[in-house]
Amino acid sequence: MIRAHLAPPRLSLRFIPVWRRNFLVWKKLAIPSILGNLADPMLYMLGLGYGLGSLLPQVNGVAYITFLAAGTVCYSTMNSATFEVLYSGFSRMHVQRTWEAIMNAPLLLDDVMLGELAWGASKSLLSGVAILTVIWTLRLQASFWMSLWVFPVVILIGLTFSAMGLVMTALSPSYDFFLYYFTLAVTPMVLLCGVFYPVSQLPGFLQAVSGWLPLTHAIDLVRPLILGRLPAQAIAHLLALAAWGSTSYWIAVTLTRRRLLK
Amino acid sequence: MALLAAQGLVKRYGGSEVVRGLDLSIETGECLGLLGPNGAGKTTTLKMLLGLIEPDAGTIECLGLPVPQAAREARVRIGVVPQMDSLDPDFSVAENLQVYGRYFRLPESVLQDRIPSLLDFAGLASRAANKVTTLSGGMKRRLTLARALINDPDLIVLDEPTTGLDPQARHVMWQGLRSLIAQGKTVLLTTHFMDEAERLADRLIVIDHGIKIAEGSPREMIAQYIEPHVIEVFGEGALAWKAEGLRLCTRLETVGETLFCYAVDEAPALDSLKAQTGLRYLHRPSSLEDVFLKLTGRELRDQ
Repeated sequence: MIRAHLAPPRLSLRFIPVWRRNFLVWKKLAIPSILGNLADPMLYMLGLGYGLGSLLPQVNGVAYITFLAAGTVCYSTMNSATFEVLYSGFSRMHVQRTWEAIMNAPLLLDDVMLGELAWGASKSLLSGVAILTVIWTLRLQASFWMSLWVFPVVILIGLTFSAMGLVMTALSPSYDFFLYYFTLAVTPMVLLCGVFYPVSQLPGFLQAVSGWLPLTHAIDLVRPLILGRLPAQAIAHLLALAAWGSTSYWIAVTLTRRRLLK
Repeated sequence: MALLAAQGLVKRYGGSEVVRGLDLSIETGECLGLLGPNGAGKTTTLKMLLGLIEPDAGTIECLGLPVPQAAREARVRIGVVPQMDSLDPDFSVAENLQVYGRYFRLPESVLQDRIPSLLDFAGLASRAANKVTTLSGGMKRRLTLARALINDPDLIVLDEPTTGLDPQARHVMWQGLRSLIAQGKTVLLTTHFMDEAERLADRLIVIDHGIKIAEGSPREMIAQYIEPHVIEVFGEGALAWKAEGLRLCTRLETVGETLFCYAVDEAPALDSLKAQTGLRYLHRPSSLEDVFLKLTGRELRDQ
């Protein structure tokens, strides 16, 4: 039984109707949802970028708002994916029993999970792209064409953080549980991974911790692209995100099978 | 030929065996009722039959397919009404059917054909555009039944379909189920309402503690397991009449201050009771509920 739960997640296009169901619900509430998702990162970026930025000389050779903008793309993508799979995912899994209903149809739990993963990534893509649009509007990017590479990177970031969030959803007894994840994982990453200032400003041991965290890898990919350069060690950063994402997804699927298929 | 057959089903959780070697089969066109007190293993059995959980032992063949190996393929032709409400609160009544139909990969044209007739069947045609959250409990259950029919299933599985409904809503639900049975659908139903089982099922299986303890049609089971007459004696002085009751009836049970007297010939006991002016009593034909209580005992099961 345990071994069956540990089997690699099955990947099938059957996830599409699950994704589509979530999309249909979102469409009904699209405008408040977009505003809710964007207001927060945008205010941080504009408020700190211009307010704090006016007191700062250049950071890493660029205006502070430009520096902050790349971090905000990643942080907003992470937040959006995380909120979706934690709170909305938990509602669908536990409160509304939507997953149970779907599994009575010819779909597997693995199909439902893949649908949720893809949906979390889709919603976070929207958040990432919205911030990117602000960047383009303010002409913060060095090269428009180079900044287009942010799209595929944001998709990977969304998948990674959706997968990580699904682990929490699988373990959660109630909505309150998610606070631990925010306090112990999301907030530390926002503060340690180079959203607001270069990681090089941190003491050595914190830099070492930061180097392992997925948000650092995301920012190390996105920031050079906004600044008009190809990221250094791009392959390593992509692999690190993929490793966090795929490992988390496997764990999430295993834990959810244990939770629901009994 | 059996539409569904299971042999030697076993399911363990930790140290305890919830289902302990259960055999069951359903013929095409039959309505089988699975009865049992809370915790008897009914829902676990259903989940194994649907391939949602793996049995620790035993074999299942459903619609000619091995389960759980080919459970997903089998579920293409099964409709399920789960015990807990799982309708989508964000969608309208009609959208609930449409979105669910997509999980079966039914083309939109087929869905557009089927949805109006299913809404008629569920008595929800005027509610098609309403949100599910505005529906009453009975309407939600009927919508759940309509949802289970979206794929025009060969087998319909219902887990306690009328629990929590008022009498009016239960009767409407039964009417719907009867019409499905009359159409020749095969139905598997769990319930702990004996009147429901008596009204709907062709054949019953009573399970308790994970094993089958009785099987037969409702009529056969009443004839086989219980005396035809029941006299319930209650109120002050009931217990004082107990010795008399034991002499005049075939069998007698005491529950608190009430006596349940079972008799093949009810006349002597009734004559004796008529003479006792202070006693209140109720004489009725025995029912499936009496069989059920005899087989599974009277202790509470939800502790």
